[in-house]
Amino acid sequence: MKKLIGRWEFLLFLLLVGVFILMSNLSPYFLNLRNLLDSTVHFTEKGVIAVCMTFIIISGNMDLSVASNMAMSAAVMGIAYRAGLGIFPAALLCLLVGALGGLFNGLVVTRVKLPSMVATLATFSLYRGIAYVLLGNQAITGYPYQFAEIGQGYFMGTNIPNQLVIFIGLAIIFGFILHKTTFGRSVYAIGNNEEACRYSGIPVDRIKVIMFTVNGLLAGLSAILLTSRIYSTRPNIALNYELEIITAVVLGGVSIKGGRGSMIGVVLALFLIGSSRFGMSLLNIPGQMMTVIIGFLLILAILLPQFLERFSAKSSEAPGKAA
Amino acid sequence: MARTAEKRRFAFSNLSSKRETSLVAFILILILGVTLRSPRFFSLANFHDILLDSAIVAIASIGQMMVVMTGGIDLSVGSGLALSGMLVGLIYKGGFALNPYLALLIGGLIGLGLGSINSLLVVKGNIPPIIATLGTMSIYRGMIFLASEGQWVSAHEMPSSFIRLARGTILGIPNLIFIAGVLYIIFYFFLSHAKTGREVYAVGGNLQAARVAGINTDKINYIVYSATGFLYGLCGVLWVSRFASAQPDTATGFEFSTVTAIVLGGVSVSGGTGRVTGVLLGAVLISIIENALNVTQINPFWKLAIQGIVILIAVAMDQIVRHRKKTKVVREQ
Repeated sequence: MKKLIGRWEFLLFLLLVGVFILMSNLSPYFLNLRNLLDSTVHFTEKGVIAVCMTFIIISGNMDLSVASNMAMSAAVMGIAYRAGLGIFPAALLCLLVGALGGLFNGLVVTRVKLPSMVATLATFSLYRGIAYVLLGNQAITGYPYQFAEIGQGYFMGTNIPNQLVIFIGLAIIFGFILHKTTFGRSVYAIGNNEEACRYSGIPVDRIKVIMFTVNGLLAGLSAILLTSRIYSTRPNIALNYELEIITAVVLGGVSIKGGRGSMIGVVLALFLIGSSRFGMSLLNIPGQMMTVIIGFLLILAILLPQFLERFSAKSSEAPGKAA
Repeated sequence: MARTAEKRRFAFSNLSSKRETSLVAFILILILGVTLRSPRFFSLANFHDILLDSAIVAIASIGQMMVVMTGGIDLSVGSGLALSGMLVGLIYKGGFALNPYLALLIGGLIGLGLGSINSLLVVKGNIPPIIATLGTMSIYRGMIFLASEGQWVSAHEMPSSFIRLARGTILGIPNLIFIAGVLYIIFYFFLSHAKTGREVYAVGGNLQAARVAGINTDKINYIVYSATGFLYGLCGVLWVSRFASAQPDTATGFEFSTVTAIVLGGVSVSGGTGRVTGVLLGAVLISIIENALNVTQINPFWKLAIQGIVILIAVAMDQIVRHRKKTKVVREQ
């Protein structure tokens, strides 16, 4: 029991319950299943990337380029569609471009041996730049209406948005890989001690390339979802998404130094941020205020566990001293 | 005979290993190339513009350089700059006829406050710098919107004396260049001759060793983040004065320009090495590239992509050179 209470994931769960109680008292429109389900589309686009970002951060790496990669792959998709390619081949191309962007990150990190933060800081600028070069200051619109089904539709006649189903599905698959497979264990091991992993024969570089490529692929997927939801493509879409994705992962209890974290924590954190945002928008709190709050959350997410650790260390010390 | 050849090679390798030399060479080649394509690039007026453009990024990059040298990074530079500038702009909007130099100082102090918050989070909160400043980046940016209610402070709300702060001249030198020059001289002496300045290198080079050697590493961290804040506070006021407007989205993404400048200038992202002269050249190079894009009428949207490619090439070359040096040492052993 004590172990459960001390767990970060449990704390997140309590916070989530707290937000629900608070928000439903503040706004009568909050506890409406349909509204709540609809509100999830605002974070599921980030969520599909966060599931793989969890792997990357646990391995002690970082990918700052995801939002730019989204813009780049969405731009390619838009141009391909406008050039006469069908929407579904164009969407496949979007996934391919995203994966290539991720692969390039992975190759730079493993072959040139640059710290991933620096490598993806460069591609953060590069990919966004390519999106601007491709689109200039124009927007691509006029996607066929079937395309909207992906990002705006509901799952088989229920009230559950397709996006939520895709996100939950991915979270389960990635959670399984992270916690139940050798690949997942290796990711933790790399985050704890990369050097030791190399000596014990873990294919560190191959794992890194796979993680970054999949992260890019998911950025492509997220770009499809976003384009299908907002129904247009501009070079400045998904600005600052990387900040919110990293915030969610870190808030979910993944150690920024690598080696620790769980998928359920990240999923809870996404729901926590999502429901707080939804509640605040019901209360007419401006978007900029939410940015401030997200920033605070990120910092608190790191300060709080340290504080708790210090506190529990003191309280467990005290009886020892008395004896 | 063989000995002198060896000596000469040594001297040459010493020269070529200096980042400044290769930067100057690269800048000269770039200027030549751009001039061949559009001759009007090569004029005194244009070079004057380039230097003016580079001044603000050059000032903020000094701070970013010190932070990166200690092994950290400050992503709040753009937001902090804009917040300091906006607050000073709001003072003018409120009708206070502030002396422009006092305004500059106030901006610097606001920045100092913001930088101290960063330093507290990093030192006391023990938060990795990239996360702490990623958080304050969005907090400071949000605070600009809250303080200004999304409104601009425009030229007619500022006295002309304030606008002249960034556009005037001292002894024939534009104020911006003069201020940047003074700051570079100060920080050059601080980093290469003052004890605290040398300790900044030591902390970034090897934190453990620096601690054992009795250096107060926390103090160094307080200093570099606060100094960075002070510098971007100054930049914020200069920015508002130069463009005669303070906007909520001023300088978004500016932190990446500073990172580009210092990486180009030869500051190692793993900490411990870097010189202000290199950083200055890096900042100038960014402005040259930007200006060249305008003059040669290449699609201005290339700027971001080129910035990315340039960072990538610069850090990759740095890494390859260092890797080769390491293997060379191993071989010689």
